Amino acid sequence: MTPYFNEMFQDGAVRKPYAGLEPWSAGMPADRRLAKQAEAEALFRRIGITFAVYGEGGDPDRLIPFDMFPRVFTAAEWAKLERGIKQRARALNAFLVDVYGRGEIVRAGRIPGRLVYQNEAYEKAVCGFTPPKGVYSHIVGVDIVRTGPGDFYVLEDNCRTPSGVSYMLESREMMMRMFPALFRENRIEPIDSYPERLRRTLASVAPVKCERDPTVVILTPGHFNSAYYEHSFLADLMGVELVEGQDLFVDGAFVYMRTTEGPKRVDVIYRRIDDAYIDPLCFRPDSMLGIPGLMDVYRSGGVSICSAPGAGVADDKAVYTYVPEMVRFYLGEEPILKNVPTWKCSDPSDLKHVTENLGELVVKEVHGSGGYGMLVGPKSTKAQIEEFRALILADPSNYIAQPTLALSTTPTFVEEGIAPRHVDLRPYCLVGERIELVPGGLTRVALREGSLVVNSSQGGGVKDTWVLAE
Amino acid sequence: MLLIVDHVTLYRYDRPVRGVVQSHRMTPSRFDGQKVLDWAVTVSGGTLGSEFRDGAGDWVQGWTVKGPVTEIEVRVRGKVQTTDLAGVLRGHRETAPPEAYLRETDATAADAAIRDLAACVAGAENELAGAHALSEAVAAAIAYQPGSTKAHTTAAEALAQGEGVCQDHAQVLISAARVAGIPARYVSGYLQSGADGSSHEAAHAWGELYVAGLGWIGFDPANGCCPDDRYIRLGSGLDAQDAAPIRGVSRGQGSEVLAVTVAVQLQEQ
Repeated sequence: MTPYFNEMFQDGAVRKPYAGLEPWSAGMPADRRLAKQAEAEALFRRIGITFAVYGEGGDPDRLIPFDMFPRVFTAAEWAKLERGIKQRARALNAFLVDVYGRGEIVRAGRIPGRLVYQNEAYEKAVCGFTPPKGVYSHIVGVDIVRTGPGDFYVLEDNCRTPSGVSYMLESREMMMRMFPALFRENRIEPIDSYPERLRRTLASVAPVKCERDPTVVILTPGHFNSAYYEHSFLADLMGVELVEGQDLFVDGAFVYMRTTEGPKRVDVIYRRIDDAYIDPLCFRPDSMLGIPGLMDVYRSGGVSICSAPGAGVADDKAVYTYVPEMVRFYLGEEPILKNVPTWKCSDPSDLKHVTENLGELVVKEVHGSGGYGMLVGPKSTKAQIEEFRALILADPSNYIAQPTLALSTTPTFVEEGIAPRHVDLRPYCLVGERIELVPGGLTRVALREGSLVVNSSQGGGVKDTWVLAE
Repeated sequence: MLLIVDHVTLYRYDRPVRGVVQSHRMTPSRFDGQKVLDWAVTVSGGTLGSEFRDGAGDWVQGWTVKGPVTEIEVRVRGKVQTTDLAGVLRGHRETAPPEAYLRETDATAADAAIRDLAACVAGAENELAGAHALSEAVAAAIAYQPGSTKAHTTAAEALAQGEGVCQDHAQVLISAARVAGIPARYVSGYLQSGADGSSHEAAHAWGELYVAGLGWIGFDPANGCCPDDRYIRLGSGLDAQDAAPIRGVSRGQGSEVLAVTVAVQLQEQ
């Protein structure tokens, strides 16, 4: 059996960051635990925080499971993570400005032009346009896993509209309500400034034609979207309007929002809609979700769109393998966070390696997300592996493969008591005039014993994530 | 040549619409082959909003019309001095990388027949000769037949039926060129042909292929030639829809009827 790194217990002793949780968890009788768990579920149910789960049947508005056992980082661990994440966010944005501009990194032969320019996420429509402050991705969600005390790997970057931050905030809220004593006894860095920092970040990238205090809105596809709760939650906390496409319209060189007091000009749109749907005059003509004419206003500096259209080319799974190269090329630094070694099935020798070692690898679709369309070799049957082999061979360039990482575990409340479960981490890096990060992120936990898939759409849950003050 | 353009697009709605938004690519490109002496785009009751040059070098204008309206007239009038550059798009400034034009779209997705057509490129002695051969092959495979295809006919469908108009020739050409690894794009513009200037080809379309060392070169399979001084180039895209001179939507229930008249005339000198 792989020796998984347990973040709380090492050689029978409790690691220092978890010292404050030891008496708390050891002293909790089963009936109190069950009562607290029921309380948490009732609270989540009441505020309506749900997450639609595709492909699993059942209640699409089921609750995302919340685990009360916090996940903890020391100040020193976090300091390194923070430097690494910010470095990555800077490099990814520099890459985006470059590939829609002069394309120096391609000219220098550091990344194949094919991977960038023929990528489905590359938007020719924004070539030659540099968004305000040179920022394409304003919220970079970096998915990180840990395999040892000092070993962190980036699994993937999310440069478009990473979701889940509402769970980060709600999990903290929930813990503070249920266990106030824990927050008196431990020095935990607060994260409640996130919504205000997000608002400031968005306001800092107001378009060139905006000469006043910018009006920011959140654009949602609507209440049927699985992350609608998050959209309305953030709008509430930020004190901005939540709008749908039909609430906005273009008049002349600007975008306006319909209000009861008449049209109001909008300067920054934090959109939670994919590029393809935001403007039927530029992208998909059949889109009913977008705003006709939006892209013309955007490209002439009348409105800002966050994330900027075209940002997706930086978080493509095939482009991912070149992020360390981006750090070196644009920043002249060595990457602080490591990439997971990745084989690209589009490359014949990589393909050979992958098909010969399917039983040990994790295989993912290049454009996949949410844990769908992937194979976890060691956890799959022979039949599942053979089925996947056929898929890969039919369309090699659609797949990448990585070694099965020994994801760290943290103690988690399960039916029998407390048991280790695998976790990952998604911090949300804000990029505007400044680059900032609240100390924490969303910890996702694979609740099924032995499972390495933490996606909420695949039965994963969430935990509160603590960063301890010095 | 000195070409005079008068192009009217009339939108009529059977019920008043609350408003109209359009995005235009209706201004001649800036390159050595054409010099704009006079050019005006007007939209009845419209407000010109955003204007900018995009990464492909096209001049884009956003227009909005406040409703209720039942009729909108988009009129283009202008005068352009053209020079024959044998199809070469010399002196055109753009930032979009040629490789971005290797991507296929729904309308230009290649099928087996298009891949077969593309095979002639490999047999040619160089890329330029291959491009010419391909343009000729497309002309031979699709007979010019007005009304035989619709705006949404794909390249594969047009080739299968063997008939089409300039849009189909251009989309089949660029689809096959991409199969052969040559970046290719759809170009919309005007063509002066016929003595009275009002031929059905006056609003025209053709393809551009990127040949290393020469840059973008126009090919017009519909007329078996490369664009010369009878052509006015407006804008480009990955397919007909992406390069459309007018993209627009109206708000409201009214259904739309379109009437277009185009005249491109040679000014007597």
